[in-house]
Amino acid sequence: MRLVIRNIRVSFSRVPLLGWLFSALIAVALERLVGSPLALALGLQKIPVLFGFAIMLKNPMLIPSAILYLLLVYVLPTGVTARLCISLTNRLAARLFRFPMVVTVAIHLAFLYATLHMWAGISDYRVLVLKLTLIAIMVTLSLNVVNGYMGEFSCSHPGFMALGAYGASVFTVGLFVDERFFGAAFLPPALGPFLFPVALILGGFVASLGALAVAIPSFRTRGDYLAIISLAFMFIIKSLLENLEFVRGPRGLSGQPDWANLPTVFLWTVLCVWSVNNFVRSTIGKALNAVRDNEMAADAMTVDTRRTKIVAFLFAAFWAGVAGGLFAHVLRYINPATFGIQKLAEVLAMVYFGGLNSVYGSIVGAVSISLLEEALRPLEIFKWIIIPLLLILVMIFRPTGLVAFKELNVTNLLQPKQNPGEEV
Amino acid sequence: MPFLRIHKMSHDFGGLRAVQNYDLEIGFGQVRGLIGPNGAGKTTIFNLITGIYKPTEGEILLDGRKINGLQPHQIASMGVSRTFQNLLLWRHMTVLEHVKMAHYSKIRYGLFGAFFGTTKRHREEAEVEEKAYKLLEMMGIRHLSDQVVLNLPYGAQRRVEMARALATEPRILLLDEPTAGMNPEELVQIMEIIRRAHEELGLAILLIEHRMKVVMELCEIIQTLDFGEVIAEGTPEEIQNNPRVIDAYLGKERAI
Repeated sequence: MRLVIRNIRVSFSRVPLLGWLFSALIAVALERLVGSPLALALGLQKIPVLFGFAIMLKNPMLIPSAILYLLLVYVLPTGVTARLCISLTNRLAARLFRFPMVVTVAIHLAFLYATLHMWAGISDYRVLVLKLTLIAIMVTLSLNVVNGYMGEFSCSHPGFMALGAYGASVFTVGLFVDERFFGAAFLPPALGPFLFPVALILGGFVASLGALAVAIPSFRTRGDYLAIISLAFMFIIKSLLENLEFVRGPRGLSGQPDWANLPTVFLWTVLCVWSVNNFVRSTIGKALNAVRDNEMAADAMTVDTRRTKIVAFLFAAFWAGVAGGLFAHVLRYINPATFGIQKLAEVLAMVYFGGLNSVYGSIVGAVSISLLEEALRPLEIFKWIIIPLLLILVMIFRPTGLVAFKELNVTNLLQPKQNPGEEV
Repeated sequence: MPFLRIHKMSHDFGGLRAVQNYDLEIGFGQVRGLIGPNGAGKTTIFNLITGIYKPTEGEILLDGRKINGLQPHQIASMGVSRTFQNLLLWRHMTVLEHVKMAHYSKIRYGLFGAFFGTTKRHREEAEVEEKAYKLLEMMGIRHLSDQVVLNLPYGAQRRVEMARALATEPRILLLDEPTAGMNPEELVQIMEIIRRAHEELGLAILLIEHRMKVVMELCEIIQTLDFGEVIAEGTPEEIQNNPRVIDAYLGKERAI
């Protein structure tokens, strides 16, 4: 038995990333084609929206059919295709590898996007969950830069998101929407999607500006100052927004144009992951680790520690702001209460669950916590017992998180796992 | 011609005078020793030179330019590098990353390059990496370059620290007890490395050390410190026979 498992593991270890993406695409295409009839045949009313969690929790009698559905639609097709196409996908991956890196990466991302798009195409709910998960990845990653790579403890990310969300929303609502407070639209809506990136970047810069206000007083020394100042900052931003009449205070700002579609959110997430990964792998970014592990030694080795910390903090705030802008345009309604302590707990949970000092960790953390939150929705209040419990377990058994301290090396990730000549 | 000159430097910790009227002149390629009992103020002098503490009185001149009051990283980029008594390494980073990090102040690709991975950045990082490998080769730890320092034996960690200090391309190297806790074999190797750093790179070296064998062998001139004051300065022979030094530090029974 053990031997069989080992053999399976060995043969799957030869599947390149391209192979997995391709197989996942096949699986979701299959769901598109035969998902509905299969679900009916298994006694489910419709395709389980989120891996059948909701169905299982609402009606335990349906657990076997939901699991069978998952096996038949996702696990089996993915596994079989991945295994069967090993030599084909390896050959393809090897050929792709000879192109410039940009092309290779773009093709992999296209596969990934196609898979996500097709999976989400089943229902609007899936689209929404997917968008929010992608945004969660951005926020988690940007917080990881501060709490993981730099080893400080910042609590201001909901504040940065709020600044980004309101900054971008004021820009788009003010310019493109006929609206009571800001007056008629200045610009034709046709220009909108082109200026949307400008709105997001503006939101990001507003957040960075806020971050500067936190950074200047708190980076003079190390210690708990940042945690306290940033927590205060978050509350200040929240009450500021509640009292600003031109963003309609606690009633919230609505009517954002519907520009944050799935490709846009996906693209910004990719951009965020790419630039953060670039940053943390450069010597300038590695200086963050040096400052975290020993600031005195970093200083003695010519590292300008104060500048390093401030730059990283502003950079993180920028991406939190962009994520906030996207968030506002996905929900098309924001109010100050959204960006409170609950949001902070969520983001912190994602960072510490997934793993400090690692891009993989942020992705794993953001995806698993977001999905868990959605999946456990039927349990209502018990959701907030189960998720923290999980977090405590992770902290006990893996104090730095699930995949901490792992570098994302794109070249290693994409390379073929087998020599092209060698047959299976 | 001395390029590092310290003139009447004093430092107080609250009411305690830790360093009193300390003078030093050190020229290119000179090796100086600093000895004295524990708590005499040796490490404090290093911390004052490298900018971790600001001297209460006196001045420190590098190439005739006053450097007290500058930030530690500024002083370090002007060519003053050091190792620490109790090994301050970055525990989650690899050996190669340590040495690359010491090139921080020479990186020219800027934040744009860091965020967007420009070709300039890749070229510069590759150059730095090549230099780092060369240095690791010289220190005999190239085969460890991918290891996280936490997993290395003590002697290897000492070498990493030394490699890192040399990677800043200093003109003067301040070594704070480089042989502490080493076995005799490692001791010979580290002395060889110090000698090579001095001869091949032409560095000036200021050495704090408790093992008299090392100090006597490496240093041209030795200062002895007691209660923050220099009580004797001279060649190894003069120091060994100086009654005040024997009294305060070496002990009457057995000089050396």
